[in-house]
Amino acid sequence: MATTKPALADLDLRLGLYRVMVACRRFETRAQELFFEGLVRGTTHLGIGQEAVAAGFAAAMRADDYTFATYRGHNHALARGTPMGPLYGELFGRANGLMGGKGGSMHITSAEHHMMGSYAIVGAHLPIALGAAWSAQYRKSGQVAVCFFGDGTTNIGAFHEALNLAAVWKAPVVFVCENNQYMEYTAIAAVTAVARPAADRASAYGLEPIVVDGNDVDAVHEVAVATLGRARGGDGPSLVEAITYRHGGHSRADPGTYRPADEVSSWLARDPITTYRARLEAVGVDAADLDRIEAEATAKVAAAEAAAREAPEPSPDVIETEVWADGSSRWRN
Amino acid sequence: MAELTYRAAVAAGIAQEMDRDPTVVLIGEDVGAAGGVFKLTEGLFDRFGPDRVRDTPISEQAIVGAAMGAAMTGLRPIAELMFSDFFAVAWDMVANQIAKTRYMTDGQVSVPLVLRTANGAGLRFGAQHSQSVENWLMAIPGLKVVAPSTPADVVGLMASAVRDPDPVIVCEHKALFATKGEVPDGEHVVPLGTAATVREGTDCTIVAIAAMVSRAAEAADRLAADDGISAEVIDLRSLVPLDAQAILASVAKTSRLFTVEENPRLCGWGAEIVSLVADEGFYSLDAPLVRITTPHVPLPSAAALEDAALPTVDRIVDTVRRRLDEAK
Ligand SMILES: Cc1ncc(C[n+]2csc(CCOP(=O)(O)OP(=O)(O)O)c2C)c(N)n1
Ligand SMILES: [Mg+2]
Repeated sequence: MATTKPALADLDLRLGLYRVMVACRRFETRAQELFFEGLVRGTTHLGIGQEAVAAGFAAAMRADDYTFATYRGHNHALARGTPMGPLYGELFGRANGLMGGKGGSMHITSAEHHMMGSYAIVGAHLPIALGAAWSAQYRKSGQVAVCFFGDGTTNIGAFHEALNLAAVWKAPVVFVCENNQYMEYTAIAAVTAVARPAADRASAYGLEPIVVDGNDVDAVHEVAVATLGRARGGDGPSLVEAITYRHGGHSRADPGTYRPADEVSSWLARDPITTYRARLEAVGVDAADLDRIEAEATAKVAAAEAAAREAPEPSPDVIETEVWADGSSRWRN
Repeated sequence: MAELTYRAAVAAGIAQEMDRDPTVVLIGEDVGAAGGVFKLTEGLFDRFGPDRVRDTPISEQAIVGAAMGAAMTGLRPIAELMFSDFFAVAWDMVANQIAKTRYMTDGQVSVPLVLRTANGAGLRFGAQHSQSVENWLMAIPGLKVVAPSTPADVVGLMASAVRDPDPVIVCEHKALFATKGEVPDGEHVVPLGTAATVREGTDCTIVAIAAMVSRAAEAADRLAADDGISAEVIDLRSLVPLDAQAILASVAKTSRLFTVEENPRLCGWGAEIVSLVADEGFYSLDAPLVRITTPHVPLPSAAALEDAALPTVDRIVDTVRRRLDEAK
């Protein structure tokens, strides 16, 4: 695993990483409470515990690089700069929602921020991200596509099709497996032929196995810089396996009790945010600065929640809009 | 005017668009130097080069998914699925991703791509390489579906499909590849959602697409010669968007409707046409609405069986004659 030397270098960068992780954590923690209150409808898949992957990569990406995420995509949207108010609005099913209430929690998209979507059919977005990378390559735009997915996704065909074609085309895409050890309720190890679900497949596509501590945001950032640079430099795709853990269950109200208690507690002790705070303090960052970042995040979340609470329900008039690019859903004359 | 085969018209239609717009690219299995397994893309690789005409592995999900990602980010990709039966392999990409993304993102993301595919029966390939799947496709909101019957329409509908800002599936019919027809010189564009009247008539309307159009037209000629029945034949050309007004106007004149479909019986596209006319053209009808379809079976392979399963000219003539007779 890549490791990092604690240093006060790049203080702005590191405070930024902390800021993003804390904002994600506060946003999702509150989303979970609001789910139990009945305000967040349908379903939610939280990335609490996995924030370092989103933050570390986003900080290394160019503003016009593309993000492709899964239904567990709030962190990735936030890390790219998606505003919290419309994000809560979408979770609440309100008119101010990012997609006006047409997408929901599992399809968070903010094209303006090059957050090109959250995909809820396991594996689908790997070929799509490859396509965005191929487009960037063809247009010579220098953009890179970064595609985040889970460990369970390494066993579906689309994963393998995308890896092979990306390698053949030397597409500027970074595939990032967030190995949180579980699919929904089954441990990945129980259903996978190799120990490292992503890294042990890399050689099949001529790629280096890259494993990183997904709870160490500095380490993730370092790998992100390297793999994005490789893609941008014309050296093709990378497959990164970030080892991490979701603190809660798979979705909704899942308590995650299929996981051994000592396993959960050992991972909680490796919380990416508290450990990073300790590291920053150890290298001399003022605790007051970190407290201020936390207070700012809390205030932003509260303001976003208030905005979404005040927003009206979407009008039924929008049901038959935006199927086609002319804004309509007309299929006949 | 130049006479082209339907096969050559596919390449000509793609070339017309690649010449016009440098963001148009073509991918698929064997579409490059080999020119396609049906030789539909012959010459394009030499003319436009390996950046714009790319071979892929046998990875239908990756082919369609890559086309989608490229379409979302500034290209106008054309992806070939060698046989339309293979839509089943890429169905998530087609039905869940391409079709729904614009709506789910409330218009943030458009997917302007073309999926071309060899559709339909007639080559004795059996049930996994002969299906007509246009009815699968038209059932999904967010997909446009066209099915040209002539070389001119291949070129014209390809142009509209590539220029359209939404996903369009072009069903190219295998049994028509060797057929010939005149294609206008210069730029040729046929708007989506415009039916063509192939035969004018007054006694009944026969609606068809693709390979069934020439059968319907031949049936109309025989009905005129042998029975004095004047049948109007409409080639829909496009199922989504649908030229509903052309169908309703024709039925208003003829009062009788037949559809001729390669689809197996249940939920074939003709059912949608019949339901439209039952709802909106009912008061001009003088006879039952009749669908002439393939029976509800997987297609058999042997020539004698495949021929008998598909709607034949004889079956169209007999059905029209009998049903008009009984309505007298
Ligand atoms: C093709 C497909 N199969 C099954 C599901 C149901 N499902 C949703 S999430 C999930 C687990 C995915 O696990 P992983 O890839 O590890 O991602 P994680 O949820 O851990 O982030 C499953 C099985 C689905 N959405 N799509
Ligand atoms: Mg997982």
